[in-house]
Amino acid sequence: MHKNRMIFSFAVAVALLTPARSFAVDPAVKEAEAKRVELLRDVAPAVVAVFGQSGQGGGSGVLISADGYALSNFHVTSSVGDFMLCGLNDGNLYDAVIVGIDPTGDVALLKLLGRDDFPHATLGDSDEVQVGDWVYVIGNPFLLATDFHPTVTYGIVSGVHRYQYPAGTFLEYADCIQVDASINPGNSGGPLFNAQGELIGINGRASFEKRGRVNIGAGYAISINQIKHFMDHLRSGRVVDHATLGAVVASRSDGAIIVSNIIEESEAFRRGLLEGDEIVSFAGRPIRSVNQFKNILGIYPKGWKLPLVYRRDEEKREIYVRLRGLHQEAELLSQGGRSPEQPMPEPEQQPENPEPEKKPDGGEPEEQRRRPRMPIPGHGPPAAKPPEQYRHLLVKKSGFANYYFNQQEQKRIFGLLDSLGDYANASGTWSLIGRTDRDQAFDLTLAPQGVGLELGEQVFLQTLDDVQFADEPPETGGLLIALHQLKQMLIRREEGFAELYYLGSEPLDGFGPQVDVLATSFEGLESFWYFRKSDGRFVGFNSSLDDQTDDCEVRFLNWGNWQGRQFPKDFQVRTAARDFAVFHVEKLSITPPTVPAD
Amino acid sequence: MNTSLLTSHDASKPPRTLHRCSRRAMLMACFATVSLTCATSAIAESTRSTIDYVQPRMVKIFGSGKGFKGFYAYSTGFLVSPEGHIATVWSYVLDSDQVTVVLNDGRRFSASVVGAEPPLDLAVLKIDAEGLQLPYFDLNDVEDADLGTRVLAFSNMFKVATGDEPVSVMHGVIAAKTNLSARRGRYETPYTGPVYILDAVTNNPGAGGGVIASRDGKLLAMIGKELKNTDSSTWLNYAVPISELRVSIDQIITGNFDAPAAEDDETPVAGAQYRPETWGMVLVPDVVYRTPAYIDAVRPGTPAEAAGLRSDDLILFVNDKLVSSCRAFREAVNRQEEGDTMKIVVRRGDQLVTFEFDVRSPEEQ
Repeated sequence: MHKNRMIFSFAVAVALLTPARSFAVDPAVKEAEAKRVELLRDVAPAVVAVFGQSGQGGGSGVLISADGYALSNFHVTSSVGDFMLCGLNDGNLYDAVIVGIDPTGDVALLKLLGRDDFPHATLGDSDEVQVGDWVYVIGNPFLLATDFHPTVTYGIVSGVHRYQYPAGTFLEYADCIQVDASINPGNSGGPLFNAQGELIGINGRASFEKRGRVNIGAGYAISINQIKHFMDHLRSGRVVDHATLGAVVASRSDGAIIVSNIIEESEAFRRGLLEGDEIVSFAGRPIRSVNQFKNILGIYPKGWKLPLVYRRDEEKREIYVRLRGLHQEAELLSQGGRSPEQPMPEPEQQPENPEPEKKPDGGEPEEQRRRPRMPIPGHGPPAAKPPEQYRHLLVKKSGFANYYFNQQEQKRIFGLLDSLGDYANASGTWSLIGRTDRDQAFDLTLAPQGVGLELGEQVFLQTLDDVQFADEPPETGGLLIALHQLKQMLIRREEGFAELYYLGSEPLDGFGPQVDVLATSFEGLESFWYFRKSDGRFVGFNSSLDDQTDDCEVRFLNWGNWQGRQFPKDFQVRTAARDFAVFHVEKLSITPPTVPAD
Repeated sequence: MNTSLLTSHDASKPPRTLHRCSRRAMLMACFATVSLTCATSAIAESTRSTIDYVQPRMVKIFGSGKGFKGFYAYSTGFLVSPEGHIATVWSYVLDSDQVTVVLNDGRRFSASVVGAEPPLDLAVLKIDAEGLQLPYFDLNDVEDADLGTRVLAFSNMFKVATGDEPVSVMHGVIAAKTNLSARRGRYETPYTGPVYILDAVTNNPGAGGGVIASRDGKLLAMIGKELKNTDSSTWLNYAVPISELRVSIDQIITGNFDAPAAEDDETPVAGAQYRPETWGMVLVPDVVYRTPAYIDAVRPGTPAEAAGLRSDDLILFVNDKLVSSCRAFREAVNRQEEGDTMKIVVRRGDQLVTFEFDVRSPEEQ
């Protein structure tokens, strides 16, 4: 009986306790929380609090490599100077130096110094981001983190492929990610992570309105995929530029996106694009609105070649078009060399356009808006005092945020050229004999005074006495002077050119492998030299007579070895999307110089 | 609207007391990516399917208001019938001859206002979408939500989306259910009924007419205009439950009002000549085909003066029917019958004010 009562009491107790279960936390929630905590523990060490040398200013950043490369916003680093202090959540402040800047895209690359084992984020694929995805914004809003432990806010992706007009500044946010996680002053430059802890964007902008400069649920992050396109450009230490097609598009009443205006000097025009043509796709993405077109244009650097499909008379045609620079050279150059007498405008105090004038549906003809000029001058106010041991890591040069990093990249590329053999004493006359794929014999002479080519029955000449360079042979884009520059590159490198710098990287010809690019200027002729990133192989170069004609494109197909020197055995010559010939070299002989090298 | 960049300038100095560049070993040098594929699971799935369900039912609305400081020429709406009826907030955006509606897929339509319920800040638009079988919210399938319900908010705040770009999505929780006590500028708002208060900043420029949906895709509420709390003067993030709007939306669509609508169409009884002047309202000279029905003057000692009508009031509705011109107003007035109450809604500044007048026999008037 007593026992029964006990059992009964126990049963009652269980019955009474049971309802409490409905208040217990679902294990799935606890599990999700635990994963979130673990994930934040993993990613937070890569988040950077950015300050000026004297502690002024402030924003956020994120480390992306063990040797200290970190991303931030241009509008953050420009206000704190070329050397800055970066706090990590290990409680330490590290010196950092500016590397490269993208003023249009509002991106800056900096390098934290003093370690080669920095914690760093893993780059994700921002094209995979979908509306509704959970995201983390980590950074230093309101500069709360005096111990450099960053602040975390959590939210969802509100929109993808958003286009934000320059809005009174030159900073254009194209193809960006919109989030409802709190983004506040000080979050600028900090990372946006997806639920897997991968870096998918750099936070930098938010819609503000009458409620003041605090979060109101619409923040914007530059997509990491855009930054990937610019990454090597930024590592070049340059002030990099964005691109334009040289054509303006508008939506027709039936919704088609058509070319409403085109510059006749543009490559797009030379490839056949005309006013009235319908744009079908660009860079492999279908185009259904003007904003989509601007989104795509906004994420590629100047000089990249992209596929464009257009329709005319029901016929689709595909062309590859090299993008023109968005800004005038002078505007960009002004970004480089610092001019301390002119203070950097505070981004906040720039007039914010109260009506960014986003067209109701992208339906109206979108005149290419007159872009505000880039802010003058270069990168930031003078640093309080550059740290002595790192002073050599900053080299000022016009057109560069920090030429030091360009020099490092040049050295790397020169190393690739070194592996081709010793050309230093090869400044005499070169003679190449062989046949073309059209079965014509050729005899090419590269002499210090000039270049001559016998091709079949014809003879072409280019003297080097003056700077009048011709398209010889005709319709090659100036092959003879291009080959002379190849010789210069092999024997003299930077000495052979008025200017030589590392440009960045791009997909070769718009569809090929990613290549490192050296840019040169020779007697006013611009050339670009391509080195395959995967194995460092020298794959060819482009040279142009002026910016209104098509490049002479030389591509090395096979290499041969002549007296210990590597030289292309087969090379292809193209211009204006047409093949000229493939040259099969049967013999290369180099005679010692008879006159002092020019 | 401003989009701004986010550097903090009121920065205090970072503490320099910490040892600079200390090479403390990092235990987590290796930066492993944690896969959360399993944990994102169910919640993410329902969120995504809700977004996929709601987005095709949302529209972007563009109308008047452009060029005036503080006025936005855009708002949000949602489809409530397959024929193209759209519910949205009543606002000056609709006070235009040209209201453009852009569907989620980018198709553009001109829209007309078929009716409005000013006390609810509700308007219903119609686009010519017969036969298109547009996706829409079935208003018989809406729910009331409890406190703490996790919701998604959909709106074209800040006009971020254009063309076929989907509207913005935010997440939040229903933080309170209360009666609205708010003001717009100096004026109390007409609607004082139940609202959901949200913990997310849902009520931004252009967000009015957006929707709140539960995570599992049920339509819950319509996002209202930007309003401030009467007591605290803080901006409110609120939405009006669909259950408060459903009857009016339905009436506007069907034309079946509580008061039989047929009467409206009857020709006025011969001799019953009601005119605005009957109550002391003097309209502006009717100079063009659609002269807006502005009151030019109010005669002293008349019911209009007693009720508080003023010159420059713009008459928008008579008995909840839109009147778009002086002529339409005169016709509406002429249709009044003895014993009716004539309800007039005017726009004064940026506020809507309602007046009621008794309709007596012409002689008595």
